[in-house]
Amino acid sequence: MILSALQKEKVDTIFGFPGGAVLPLYDKLYDDPVKHLLVRHEQAAVHAADGYARVTGKPGVVFATSGPGATNLVTGIANAYMDSVPMVLFTGQVAKSFIGTDAFQEADITGITIPVTKHNYLVKDAAELPGILAEAFYIASTGRRGPVLIDIPKDVFDQEAYFDYNREVDIPGYKPTYEGHVGQVSRAVKAIRKAKKPVIFGGGGLIRAGASKALRELAETAKIPVILSLMGLGAYPGDSPLFLGMPGMHGSVTANYALTEADLIIATGVRFDDRVTGKLESFANNARIIHIDIDPAEIGKNVAIDVPIVGDVRLVLEELVKKLKPGSTEAWLKQINNWQSQFPMPLGSGKNGQTLKPQFVIRELSRLGGENAIVATDVGQHQMWTAQHFIIREPQTFLTSGGLGTMGYGFPAAIGARLAAPDKRVICITGDGSFQMNIQELATVVHNELDIIIAVINNRYLGMVRQWQDIFYEKRYSHTSMQGSPDFVRVAEAYGAKAFRATTSEEATEAIEKALSLKGPVLIDFMVDPEENVYPMVAPNHSISDIIIGGEQI
Amino acid sequence: MKHVLAVLVENKPGALTRVSGLFSRRGFNIENIAVGETLTPGISRMTITVEGSETLIEQVMKQLHKLINVIRVSNLSAEPSVMRELMLIKVRAEVGNRSDIQQIVETFRGKVVDVSPNSMVIEVTGNEEKMEAIKLLLEHFGILEVVRTGKVALLRGSKITREA
Repeated sequence: MILSALQKEKVDTIFGFPGGAVLPLYDKLYDDPVKHLLVRHEQAAVHAADGYARVTGKPGVVFATSGPGATNLVTGIANAYMDSVPMVLFTGQVAKSFIGTDAFQEADITGITIPVTKHNYLVKDAAELPGILAEAFYIASTGRRGPVLIDIPKDVFDQEAYFDYNREVDIPGYKPTYEGHVGQVSRAVKAIRKAKKPVIFGGGGLIRAGASKALRELAETAKIPVILSLMGLGAYPGDSPLFLGMPGMHGSVTANYALTEADLIIATGVRFDDRVTGKLESFANNARIIHIDIDPAEIGKNVAIDVPIVGDVRLVLEELVKKLKPGSTEAWLKQINNWQSQFPMPLGSGKNGQTLKPQFVIRELSRLGGENAIVATDVGQHQMWTAQHFIIREPQTFLTSGGLGTMGYGFPAAIGARLAAPDKRVICITGDGSFQMNIQELATVVHNELDIIIAVINNRYLGMVRQWQDIFYEKRYSHTSMQGSPDFVRVAEAYGAKAFRATTSEEATEAIEKALSLKGPVLIDFMVDPEENVYPMVAPNHSISDIIIGGEQI
Repeated sequence: MKHVLAVLVENKPGALTRVSGLFSRRGFNIENIAVGETLTPGISRMTITVEGSETLIEQVMKQLHKLINVIRVSNLSAEPSVMRELMLIKVRAEVGNRSDIQQIVETFRGKVVDVSPNSMVIEVTGNEEKMEAIKLLLEHFGILEVVRTGKVALLRGSKITREA
């Protein structure tokens, strides 16, 4: 019954790991044509489904067993919840009569995941299943997207029930608003017309809503520069002259100055995260703020809003575009251009050529392999360097753990992307710390012959934590050295993947070119400068115009 | 300021956990909560008293609304409304002072619902001030135990909080 429902929902790929309580479901899977990707740890199944969902826009589907199988999903679910990724997860549960008895492999997974799912269900009767399945897919993939978990006791899997699947559901407490309020939209139009120094500040909501085209039209009609949060990268072409980069803690100087100086911020599908706003009291004090978001609870949560618009960002932006005339913001754009030439993205400290610079590696990956590519990152310094230096041109091609900051996300997410977009190149940019959090998936990529380039930015440290120890804890590098890490080239080879090492700029370029010419999984171990820091940087709880580069205040 | 929220929820397993969990998770303080059935089968009504600023209450209401099982959230403190709470008080009572207690109970339009050789159980309904006032007066005799239902409230006039 579940598999028929998945067919009706046009699910073509499932990510999972079997176990006792889901045996009945896996038994049905044995004869079913749907593709199931067996991972080596349940956490990787969620991250892979997450990557798949971010690339396709469709809910990622996960199967796991009860108890530890289910609890291993939790980090991945929390990650998807924070980044609003649509997902439907199925967990097996002990038989109904055993629930609440601390039975073998029993965990109250619906209780555990209430705070990190959009909704969840414990199915008590197979007759409820069709309704619950339809609701789950509907809730996950509408409104503000998010993960939905369905926990199914083993005896319910075995129960026979009438299957009548209706995708049209009516949930009294769930009616997302899509159309923006007409009055607020015209207030926004007026504000945009009046603004002398407007900026668009967009986030992940643009990507989920498929609003890139509307965004481009708005920016180009009204000549408004665009700033994108980490989650928003790709919603606007990274090589466009109107694009100012990412704001916040490791954002571009121009983006932070522009937000600080702007007289109008058009915030679309963003949630004003602390990593973006810095100290709230001094954030965008000169600006009126229009905030467009599908989730009313995000509006006014962190920052006071002048024009709130609840709705689908694509629909609202299209309305705005219809009502706007070509604008002129020349003086403002000139000021921005000055900042851009005065403060380019720093390329790394120290003498060039002596050591391999991580920024150089990312730029080479972007230059040589960036066309038609999907990039998945892990979390830490390499993630920020990728956000700064890799040119992301298209939406749904940049996968990163934004809200939760989950080390170990990138590699499995790249696996999901690989299955979601067979015609695209997939590059996983990871660190020596992050990679070891899901390194076991080398078996999955080798076994399934998945074309993925794994670029390990290896600095032998938990680099981002070390950077904070460097700046805020007098270089007391407590437990951030990754001594004892394996030789990644030999590990990859042991799993059966191809692998190279690069220790100089020339070797890096060569290794990337070679990897691009090969099939199957390829790992490159880039031995980069161990003490390179990510700049620009805004210290936590400082104003975002308070920027340090290379240890110096600018 | 104290706000009294009427929250209509689908009567599904875990609905109460979802609501109370939301409060603790987001650092909102529930002062009290009362739950009961409504006229519509399958829908319960929670009356939740929360202390906080206007901005905080707005965020509480929006977050509550995001729960799939929550159908409607309204702030009854924003409009004229009647609020009541029921309290049972077990007070020490000897033959000699029963009539004194009886008099206080009558003044507050309460009821004596149980009498034993050395105690009485009294039922009172009303607003918070009334509860505190009778408690204060009965303390003199020795209060053994108190139980309260938490506040329930309805809007004044014919306006209602719709259930669907």
